[in-house]
Amino acid sequence: MTDAVDAAAPARANKSRKRSDGPKTGVAKYRRGEEVSTKTVKDKKLKGQLLYTERVFKDAQKAAARVDDWLLPAAAGGLEAEGMEQTWRFHQEDIVQARLCPYALATTRAGRYLALGGHRGHLALMDRLQSRVLCEVQVKESVHDVSVLHSEAFFAAAQRKYVYIYDKRGIEVHCLKAHTNVWRLDFLPHHFLLTSVGASGVLTWQDTSTGQIVASAKTRAGPCRVLTHDPSTGVSTLGHGRGTVSLWTPTSPVPAARLLCHHGPVLAAAHAPRGAGAGPLLVTTGADRAVKVWDMRMMRALHAYNAPAPAAALDISQRGALAVGWGRRVQVWLEALRDKAAAPYLNHTLPHAGLRDLVFCPYDDVLAAGHGGGVSALLVPGAGEPNYDSLVADPFQRRKAAREAEVAFLLDKLQPGMIVLDPDSIGGLAREPKEVQKERAEAAAAANAAALAAQRAKADAKTPMKGKNKPTRKRRKKQQNVIDDKAPAMRARMAEQGVLGGGHARKESEPIPESVPRALHRFVVRK
Amino acid sequence: MKVKVINRSEEACTRTRSQDVLKVHRNLDPALHPFEKAKEYTRALNAAKLDRLFARPFLAAFPHTDGITCLARSPARLNCLLSGTADGEVRLWDVAARRCLRRLVGHAGAVTGVAVAPSGDVAVSAGADGTARLWRVPFAPFAGGPVERDASPVLQWTARGGLRGVDHHWARSQFATAGVGVCVWDHARSDPVHAFEWGADTVASVRFNPAEPDLLASVGGDRSVALYDLRSATPLRKLVMQTKSNALAWNPMEAFHFTLASDDCNLYTYDMRRLDVARCVHQDFVSAVMDVDYSPTGREFVAGGYDRSLRIFAKHGGHSREVYTTKRQQRVFAVRFSGDGTYVFSGSDDMNVRVWKAQASQQLGVTLPRERQKAAYGAALIERHKHLPEVRRVVGNRRTPTAIYKATKTRRAVMDAERRKLKNRIAHSKPGSVVVKPARRRKIVEELE
Repeated sequence: MTDAVDAAAPARANKSRKRSDGPKTGVAKYRRGEEVSTKTVKDKKLKGQLLYTERVFKDAQKAAARVDDWLLPAAAGGLEAEGMEQTWRFHQEDIVQARLCPYALATTRAGRYLALGGHRGHLALMDRLQSRVLCEVQVKESVHDVSVLHSEAFFAAAQRKYVYIYDKRGIEVHCLKAHTNVWRLDFLPHHFLLTSVGASGVLTWQDTSTGQIVASAKTRAGPCRVLTHDPSTGVSTLGHGRGTVSLWTPTSPVPAARLLCHHGPVLAAAHAPRGAGAGPLLVTTGADRAVKVWDMRMMRALHAYNAPAPAAALDISQRGALAVGWGRRVQVWLEALRDKAAAPYLNHTLPHAGLRDLVFCPYDDVLAAGHGGGVSALLVPGAGEPNYDSLVADPFQRRKAAREAEVAFLLDKLQPGMIVLDPDSIGGLAREPKEVQKERAEAAAAANAAALAAQRAKADAKTPMKGKNKPTRKRRKKQQNVIDDKAPAMRARMAEQGVLGGGHARKESEPIPESVPRALHRFVVRK
Repeated sequence: MKVKVINRSEEACTRTRSQDVLKVHRNLDPALHPFEKAKEYTRALNAAKLDRLFARPFLAAFPHTDGITCLARSPARLNCLLSGTADGEVRLWDVAARRCLRRLVGHAGAVTGVAVAPSGDVAVSAGADGTARLWRVPFAPFAGGPVERDASPVLQWTARGGLRGVDHHWARSQFATAGVGVCVWDHARSDPVHAFEWGADTVASVRFNPAEPDLLASVGGDRSVALYDLRSATPLRKLVMQTKSNALAWNPMEAFHFTLASDDCNLYTYDMRRLDVARCVHQDFVSAVMDVDYSPTGREFVAGGYDRSLRIFAKHGGHSREVYTTKRQQRVFAVRFSGDGTYVFSGSDDMNVRVWKAQASQQLGVTLPRERQKAAYGAALIERHKHLPEVRRVVGNRRTPTAIYKATKTRRAVMDAERRKLKNRIAHSKPGSVVVKPARRRKIVEELE
């Protein structure tokens, strides 16, 4: 736009003396020869004809210039040197780079399609196998991250303010206003959940099959630029500016776990896929230049590597190859997670600096790197799983199979509540720990005791005269008052025998001698 | 330097020619199949929901002109069903074509029992008019369309007093009638071959044992179940219960077990060899159970009740696995399993014979192997997860009519109160002084030899 205005500037200077209501630019371009001067023409009829012709010419020039103004809007390009720069020093890379910028990447589950998001608004979806671009959009605002949804049919982009969803033709289909100022996007394919986190530090899960916001958690740890998930549990992992990494499930407003990984900000994190017998592993990089491998069962660092510079990008392939990148450098490590490796597997220098994202393409030996100069694809032999499962992810899936797979995946969609640290606990028995059982039993006993005490207190608080006038009591009293002639004699006899009034209890008996032990007191014969 | 990189060609991975079937690659590495327990649980829940969604058991209704009193299926033909009514008519149905083949007219009073001979060619019916009649049972013609015709009996026997039930022997040309005592008749004789009486004024139902040719059992109006041996002149054993039984059915596979449909809303399965304790008490009905019949597999049985429902029980299931009702179904007096165990027939007071699926959500007709596999997988998933609350809620959900629902609630409240009272009595009595009879023995009064 500014270029068009600049290009028009010299034309305006030429015609500054002309009438202000006409077209401002380019009239001179359409002038053919000088105006015919009519001053010397005597013949009035001829003069009139000439003036008329001149007016017609001028109108035609104005009309042509107006067309120039409105119907030919394209402007020519140009290079402009600023300050000390010289245009002849500019390289072609500089000229291309001026349009491109760091690219964020995401692949589909089968690894065939790659979504690219340039920071300056260039979105593209490409078929990697056919080297074909499916769609390209310029959204004209910054794009922070992209994520492919359950298939290549839809992809999400975190733009300046909101998250948008595009279909594979590049048409915007949704604007997710529940996610604001998002910096990182992630998609949980088995749960159909799109997760996002960004400047506000709020982690949001949205179900992409129903559109519902499943949960939203305030991390209270400031802006967040690191978001990934454990592929075997679905737990979202965030890396924070103060060096902590926290694990989140949508069912809890507080993190399921939090661990201090680095001195200084965490820059990237990636979960290793759980192979046969391998436990859950997490790899993090920080601004302290360390690359650390964490055992997530023990929540303890297994070992650490030191990068020459803070590693900005990180990814782990299906077969456990670890790619780390900083600046122009990309290193791939093999067999480096469980045990510390001595040397990297591969080294690569990118043609451009500004590495933004590293993504291994599943089921292929390709590592895609998004950097300041665009996207580079590196071959990493041995990184990808060679044998794919057609029912899980098929790079060569046809349209009909894709339709059926979508239905099958939707039927198998897992509920957000199933995201737990131990996924094998689902469908099992929820057995309470012994302490909890004991606590519960104690609480129940206490409650019973309290209820009993309350009942007793209530009974005690009753009016003392209650029950004094009962029919049975009345009858008993009446009977007590009957004077029977036998009764006094019987009472006297009973008193004599000591049955009544505790006669023998009052009888004094000899004290037990001191020498007898207390346990034997009852065997002492008293007189 | 050796380099080996994954390199796939689309043709090799999918198909080389467009006519080929697309290749399906499987990799069963657990790392590629995460969340297996959660997925299986989700699938189980979906399977349970789909099972309930497709549970549409009612198939057809065959109309009569009066209430149905008895049903019989042919042991020789799958599509042959006979139904007797209170107005003395027996109809022969072609079940597969859903049409009536014959109206067997002749009884003066209500038809109380009907049974088909093992060959499937002839049937015997017993009526309240005291006669037993033999009818010819034709094949259903292949050609479609209505073929209804009237037919008269071939033979007729007159018994002493009204008859209450009939059962045909499974090998011989003999049948047994219930009425004033139990009589066994031969097709070739006009008088009963055997006649048994043991106390009961009327005998409600009689059934031949499906394995022992000389053994039969009956239930009588004196709340008794009696076992008879045709080789001896006197009855064998007798069991007296607190309430009377309405019907009896032998398990065709374990022929020493029989089930009684009792008036006290329960069914009792007994072992013929041990009559002092029931093997199982089947509850869930809220009114008297009128009829019972075993599946040919011997694994489950169907029972019809006075509460307008029919229920299907596993042979050792304390509670029913299925309950079938419709808005218009009245008291169910007769039930039968089909010969292949796939269908259930019920005859009720509302003048209709109804045909139901034995498995409510089973897909009928020809199924593809994949469909069968899917159904088996769903069933296995439900079986595995049936104890989880969410699955159990879906699987056990049956909508019953308000009357049954309320009666069930009332019965449960009464039983809970009884249980509570017993518990309190035990708690406040001298230990051992309260003798509790288990439910399997509670209804037994005495056992006579």
